[in-house]
Amino acid sequence: MGDVQGSVPNEVGVDMGEMTKNSKAASVTFDNVTKVYGKTVTAVDNISIRVDPGKLVTLLGPSGCGKTTTLRMIAGLEMATKGRILIGDTDVTTLPATDRDVSMVFQSYALFPHMTVLENVSYGLKYSGFAKDETRSRALEGLQLVGLKGYDDRLPSELSGGQQQRVAVARALVLEPQVLLFDEPLSNLDAKLRRQVRQDIRDIQQNLGLTVVYVTHDQEEALAVSDRIIVMRNAGVAQEGSPRDLYEAPVDRFVADFIGEANLIPCVIESVTAQIATISVGGIKHQLDARDLPAGSALIAVRPGRVRLTAEAGENVIAAKISKATYVGNHMEYIVEAAFGAVFAMSDDVVNPFLTGQDVGLGFAESGPVLLPGE
Amino acid sequence: MIFWIVVGWVSFLVLPWYGVEDGLFAFEWLFDGYPWDADYAPAAFLIAQGEKLWLTPLILPLVAVLFCLGRVKSDPVYAKILILTGAAGFCWVFMQGFGIGLRGWQFEWLEALFGPLGDRQFGMGFGAMLLSSAFLFLFTQGIAARGAINGDVFVVSTIGLVIAIVTIFVFFPIAKMLVAAFVTEDGNYSITVFASKFFDDRIWGLSCLTGGPRCGVAWNSLFLAVVVGFLSTALGLVFALVVTRSNFRFKRNLRALTVLPIITPPFVIGLALILMFGQSGAVTKFVADLLDMQPSRWLYGLPGLMIAQTLAFTPIAFLVLIGVVEGVSPSMEEAAQTLRAGRWQVFRTVSLPLMRPGLANAFLLGFIESMADFGNPLVLGGNYDVLSTDIFFAIVGAQYDQGRAAVLAMVLLTFTLGAFYAQRFWLGNKSYTSVSGKGDSGVHPLMPRRLAIPVYVLAAVWASFTVIIYLMIVYGSFVELWGVNNTLTFKHYFTAFSFSFVEDGIRWTGSAWDSFWTTLKIATIAAPLTASLGLVTAYLLTRQTFVGKNAFEFGTMLSFAIPGTVIGVSYILAFNVPPLELTGTGIILVISFIFRNMPVGVRAGIASMSQLDKSLDEASLTLGANSWQTFQRVILPLLRPAILAALVYSFVRAMTAISAVIFLVSAQYNMATAYIIGRVENNDYGLAIAYSTTLIVVMLTAVGILQLLVGRINIGRRSGLGSK
Repeated sequence: MGDVQGSVPNEVGVDMGEMTKNSKAASVTFDNVTKVYGKTVTAVDNISIRVDPGKLVTLLGPSGCGKTTTLRMIAGLEMATKGRILIGDTDVTTLPATDRDVSMVFQSYALFPHMTVLENVSYGLKYSGFAKDETRSRALEGLQLVGLKGYDDRLPSELSGGQQQRVAVARALVLEPQVLLFDEPLSNLDAKLRRQVRQDIRDIQQNLGLTVVYVTHDQEEALAVSDRIIVMRNAGVAQEGSPRDLYEAPVDRFVADFIGEANLIPCVIESVTAQIATISVGGIKHQLDARDLPAGSALIAVRPGRVRLTAEAGENVIAAKISKATYVGNHMEYIVEAAFGAVFAMSDDVVNPFLTGQDVGLGFAESGPVLLPGE
Repeated sequence: MIFWIVVGWVSFLVLPWYGVEDGLFAFEWLFDGYPWDADYAPAAFLIAQGEKLWLTPLILPLVAVLFCLGRVKSDPVYAKILILTGAAGFCWVFMQGFGIGLRGWQFEWLEALFGPLGDRQFGMGFGAMLLSSAFLFLFTQGIAARGAINGDVFVVSTIGLVIAIVTIFVFFPIAKMLVAAFVTEDGNYSITVFASKFFDDRIWGLSCLTGGPRCGVAWNSLFLAVVVGFLSTALGLVFALVVTRSNFRFKRNLRALTVLPIITPPFVIGLALILMFGQSGAVTKFVADLLDMQPSRWLYGLPGLMIAQTLAFTPIAFLVLIGVVEGVSPSMEEAAQTLRAGRWQVFRTVSLPLMRPGLANAFLLGFIESMADFGNPLVLGGNYDVLSTDIFFAIVGAQYDQGRAAVLAMVLLTFTLGAFYAQRFWLGNKSYTSVSGKGDSGVHPLMPRRLAIPVYVLAAVWASFTVIIYLMIVYGSFVELWGVNNTLTFKHYFTAFSFSFVEDGIRWTGSAWDSFWTTLKIATIAAPLTASLGLVTAYLLTRQTFVGKNAFEFGTMLSFAIPGTVIGVSYILAFNVPPLELTGTGIILVISFIFRNMPVGVRAGIASMSQLDKSLDEASLTLGANSWQTFQRVILPLLRPAILAALVYSFVRAMTAISAVIFLVSAQYNMATAYIIGRVENNDYGLAIAYSTTLIVVMLTAVGILQLLVGRINIGRRSGLGSK
């Protein structure tokens, strides 16, 4: 990871050669896993997921959806009430955290305040049976990897937030675990650092070929770092897929709304032929993939960037009016008032923007709108 | 696991089964007829000689457990064998122990069942002790292997250990004691006897409210305890604030000063108060001369008790509160300050609420300490009867009424447990995590002025009062006969601590040396045991969840809620006969100290552990350390202040305790406090005070050494560590 204090970010690439690809990276499999707290609170309800070795999978969802519980069950910090958990081919369902080859980066970093940076990073190595020299050299290597060379003797309290975070990453990383877990690792960092650090995490993951499970509630972060995303809602899996799948083909309004912004507009499916549906929305017709939906009322989800605005009403456009126009530098943002409600739209044309109060025609890009089941 | 199997076999084959007369640490048995002499023989040799045949069944579990060697942990048979053998062995050791005693069968129905025995056995010794612990740990490993607490052997074993010893040394004696409440004079059991004793007017009478002579002893105790609890908490907070939140130049000295009363045997403060305010006290005489009136006896009774106990227990509150006040995260206070709260508002709305658990703890401690205090009421009580001394007099006095003592003990227990639950209810489920995994770099704000002035005044007044009290003690130890002959003399010290050099070393000729060395030895043994047991228990309570945790907590805190007088009596009742024959030994003193003082270690541990974020443990676990290593490497180092407090406290308490000790001392193991009380009863105040002064000096030294050993801990920048 690059040093915040001005070192070249790509020193990461240089260092990477020293650590070999992690051949231990293993898959994680959840087999109908349920977690119940006490007697009544179901935190995770009968989920089955699989994380392939060497991939970065994000658990994404609003707070309370069970994503952190899922992560902690992989770590062995919570025990599944029902079901099986496998790491690689080993059943670890009843194995405590100590005995699992998994390490975790905590939201609060959980650095031991009474130990120096080097002691923190060496901690896990010491209990993995490495000799003293080996422990030290691996720990130093880990620190170098995260760009904290020379900080060995500092106490955690003498580091900035970003540096503490990187110590936490190094501490988990040096163990070369089968699975590396991140519990909202960026939530305590400022926005600019966040972009940098998530890039670094992704680089390290890809270069070392680590299996990473990553928990976040920030959809942009999830889209940026993941090979696959598992969207969770109400203790269950709402949808699983690649970032592109989720963004472009959400299965329901929850996912559509949670991943990126989407205008959810009621529509009516008039007919379906060969999986192409003809829908009527706001008085115009539009054709798109039917996604197995029958004729009847439905929703379409349209990303703000896929809304087309034209200066004059015309063929196959809906009459609407700009109620708010905002200049945000590289694009324009509009709130457009149509008969069926407000639509949020973005346009790259910042040279000739529409003005507030202007009448416009509203249409949809050829690809983009997605049909979703109605209420 | 293999370790405990070996221990089991060794204790069965090699170590003497029965208690050796000269105590556990005498090893004459090795040369004196071992291994065939029945007194010293290991169980295996006894059986081989055809004696004590009821020990034979123990071979079964010892052999059976060998079958799990070579099996893997996840094998259900492995767990089953361990659980069965452990439980069977442990139960058998205790059943035979309780079933067969000094006079053969202990219970009539056993005799009816098996016929007369014609043999007997003595108290358990090394062999029996180790064998039962081996069985216990095999059992817990079995439970762990079945997946309890994530299969964590360390945690399950410690839980098992704590439950076993708390049951043996807290519940068992108390149960024996309480049964005594129902016993009539001719040895039968009766509810009516209990009821008549329980609803006695001497306990619950309210006549003082209507102008009668005195109220029931229960009301007396309750009133005193509440007042003392509040006063000591308030004063403790005052001192804690001065030390942590002010620029007061001498706060280090203040820290030392507030520790003084802790290292003082409680009755010494009573004695010093008598020297000042008693009928022939210095102040009393001065005022009486000034106003030309009769010296009064106002000190004896409620006022004196209140002053003495507040003096005695404020430092305890201080010790609790200083950790709490320091533990409040500065960043929260800084956050509040940036939210436009003035310093006073910050204190009132943020700092104080965050300290609430600590305040509740301090009050609870003060309340219970006052309830259980024995020394001061003995010296200063006058006509103001309280429960703890009444229990004592019910047993040692002319009335000798075990039943009444037991009933009084139950009343006392109800009050203290009530306080315990009220405090828990009040605290609710609030989490006050302050030391998180992130280093904290804030600085505590100073006290608001509105608060600072009264705090300074109070602290100054109380501190100077304390100084005067201690000067009186030291001065008093050099006075020939207080109030009568005020010439200064070293006489008392000579009587107590003289020694002479002879050819083969030093001869300790003073009258106090015996009890002095005993006290020192016992306290040194008891302190680390108490502290470790307390902290381990605190760890289990804060960091682990298991079935019956509340009952577990109740059990471990129970001994604290039992006044020492009751502990003393119940220990005599329970441990005078086999299988646990301990009276008259040093061990029973050590044990009584451990269980009397353990709850303080638990409290201190809980208070500081609940301020350590749980993610620290979890991080350590996911990094491959097991729970024992986590405890040792992460929790313990961060708990150094709590460890110090627990060590100091248990050492000092062991040296200054009087209430339980007075029942348990023997000619061979006499303790300093019991000796001093003896001198006080003979009106030998000079020697008593001289001895007390010596104790105080010794304990100061010990505290200083401990402080150096344990060292200080640095977590944040605010503790002023320089970066390299």
